[in-house]
Amino acid sequence: MLRIVHKLRSGFAKMTVREAINSAMAQEIERDSNVFLIGEEVGQYQGAYKVSKGLYDRFGKSRIWDTPITEAGFTGLSVGAAMYGLKPIVEFMTFNFAMQAIDHVINSAAKLHYMSAGGLRTSIVFRGINGAAASVAAQHSQCFAAWYSQVPGLIVLSPYDCDDARGLLKAAVRDPNPVVFLENEIMYNEAFEVPDNVMDKDYLIPIGKAKIMREGKDVTIVTFSKMVKFSMLAAAELEREGISCEVINLRTLKPLDRNTIIESIKKTHRVVTVEEGWGQCGIGAEICSVINETNAFFHLDAPIVRVTGADIPTPYAFNLEELSFPKAHNIVEAVKLVLK
Amino acid sequence: MKHFMRFSKISKAFKEVPSQYVYQINPIKNFEPIKQFRVIDLEGNLVAKEYNNIPKEILNQIFELMISIEEMDNLLYMSQRQGKISFYMTSFGETATTVGTTAALQPQDFIFPQYREQGSFMWRGFTIEQIVNQCIGNHLDGGKGRQMPVHYGSKDLNIVTVSSPLTTQVPQASGAGYGFRVNGENKIAATWFGEGAASEGDFHSAMNFAQTLKCQTLFLCRNNHYAISTPTDDQFRGDTIAGKAPAYGMRTLKIDGNDLLAVYNGVKYAREEIIKNKEPFFIEFITYRIGDHSTSDHSVLYRSQEEIDSWKSGNNPINRLGLFLKKQGLRQFNDDHDNQIRKDVRNRVIAALKHGSEQQSPSIQDLFTDVYDEVLPHLQEQYTELREHLTKYKDQYPINKFKGGL
Repeated sequence: MLRIVHKLRSGFAKMTVREAINSAMAQEIERDSNVFLIGEEVGQYQGAYKVSKGLYDRFGKSRIWDTPITEAGFTGLSVGAAMYGLKPIVEFMTFNFAMQAIDHVINSAAKLHYMSAGGLRTSIVFRGINGAAASVAAQHSQCFAAWYSQVPGLIVLSPYDCDDARGLLKAAVRDPNPVVFLENEIMYNEAFEVPDNVMDKDYLIPIGKAKIMREGKDVTIVTFSKMVKFSMLAAAELEREGISCEVINLRTLKPLDRNTIIESIKKTHRVVTVEEGWGQCGIGAEICSVINETNAFFHLDAPIVRVTGADIPTPYAFNLEELSFPKAHNIVEAVKLVLK
Repeated sequence: MKHFMRFSKISKAFKEVPSQYVYQINPIKNFEPIKQFRVIDLEGNLVAKEYNNIPKEILNQIFELMISIEEMDNLLYMSQRQGKISFYMTSFGETATTVGTTAALQPQDFIFPQYREQGSFMWRGFTIEQIVNQCIGNHLDGGKGRQMPVHYGSKDLNIVTVSSPLTTQVPQASGAGYGFRVNGENKIAATWFGEGAASEGDFHSAMNFAQTLKCQTLFLCRNNHYAISTPTDDQFRGDTIAGKAPAYGMRTLKIDGNDLLAVYNGVKYAREEIIKNKEPFFIEFITYRIGDHSTSDHSVLYRSQEEIDSWKSGNNPINRLGLFLKKQGLRQFNDDHDNQIRKDVRNRVIAALKHGSEQQSPSIQDLFTDVYDEVLPHLQEQYTELREHLTKYKDQYPINKFKGGL
């Protein structure tokens, strides 16, 4: 909600990613009477991760729907409502639990527009936390970016900071296509300074366009979501050693912004991809193939290096979990490898 | 043309069952709600004398386990607040259901838990140390540090590992129960789930299949009135969960879940019937979740302290069993004796927490084992890469805290 944004200096405010998502939803629910939020514990409980805080008090149970425990049930119901013309924002407590409803997302929402020759459409947003949190083990830590990005008919977005969260979520709600919106629990608590224009009720980010977070000339790092943070930390450390990294925040995973990646390679000639999820058939694998198929290949001075999560179900024990996911120093190592 | 219909011939071929029909529109809505089976009242008085048949030793063992779990839950909840473990779920108010049920089953019966059944685990012999080591995730954890706290399991005790996604264990129990019947085994698959979890689609398939395929499965629904913050009114309509079971063709009991004698007798009966008739049975226990859903919850935000207190003091399984034992002369009520039991448990939990926190973390080899039955070549490569990395940067990692070091 806008009142929880802290004014720092004129033209800027400070807010957490959680507050960014909350304020974006509030503005969209206010703007369009067809938009509603549905999920488990989203109402008076304020959301399992407090992302929908204050929305039930403000909009009531006709716009904030608390449901019984059944992902398959409330997702199926939401797809049906979307076919009728409503605009659901479906909250999964985690995308790990969305697997109980994935048939509705893929076989219904994603494919129906095509299969009905344009007759049926679902303007729907599926959102929730994705990837690893902390100490929540295998059934709460999987990254679903690769799975959803493969499916034609879906738009797949993954924000990093408040700017991304607000602009992308608002664009997602207004888009007539089904959107999978992959958030990150650890990022919820991160605060960022936000310029005033980002708080505007019509602030939108174009879907299908990546953002260059930091310009550089020696290597291109392509990443998304929480890994943007570690990539930026790695880039800062490498700067001290005289290595200049260009960090690309994909923002949209499907449709992938090939052009931004290709233009960057023409400048740097070396690429490192970074993701938290498993390597096989992952986002990094797709980027490698895309580069290989385009004239960007001929601008490469070295093979592409992928930094990914370990090929195992996520363990709980603190020491084991630490070793399962990329950190800034793994990215630094990868950059040095690609420069060797 | 020989293809015209000979009506008189058709009507003789179709078998009429006249009693199937009514001649007025009279929709059915409310069935008579199923009543809860009860043996002792709120003050521990015997109100169904023919069920006063549980051996004194077993009753005392059950009582002592229930008070032990209360102490353990209390300490482990607090230890999460102190940062010693990352997460915990208590079972305050519900131990008559878990301990009573498990005491009435046979050791060879498979149990498919949800997550609030420390009573089932501990009745079968799971120790405080095993629980604490699992919650800490050290190298002594039987689960090799793989799972979140309270997600334990035990092959030796025939209890399947706790799994986070709700209700997935229920159709698994139907499957296991099917296997037991087909193999002619004197075994049942008993599965726990809450009244909230019964909203999931998996519940429907599990029930439908169990009755249709005649599975030796016992469905145990613990209706504790809340699913995190969702009260039963927002979870379902109709006659609680038990009201749904007869619709699947299944034999059904609703039991006062805070009445230990009713729980024990009901489950014993159900088990015998499953083995005798080779078909499933459904039991719903009506109880109340006195504590928070977990350490990530603060339940007074959505329910009143008066409501919690009314169950805690007015309909408490430990009090009811205690009063029954006292009135029947089945237990010497000596404050010192019971206080000593509680004190011993507290000391044991504290010692386990201390000992557990001093242990090393699991070995890094355990990152790559059990993904498949063997460590496949690509995983062997990743293990080698990891050891090289850790050797190169050994100053940056607490290697001495890993069991087996590098």
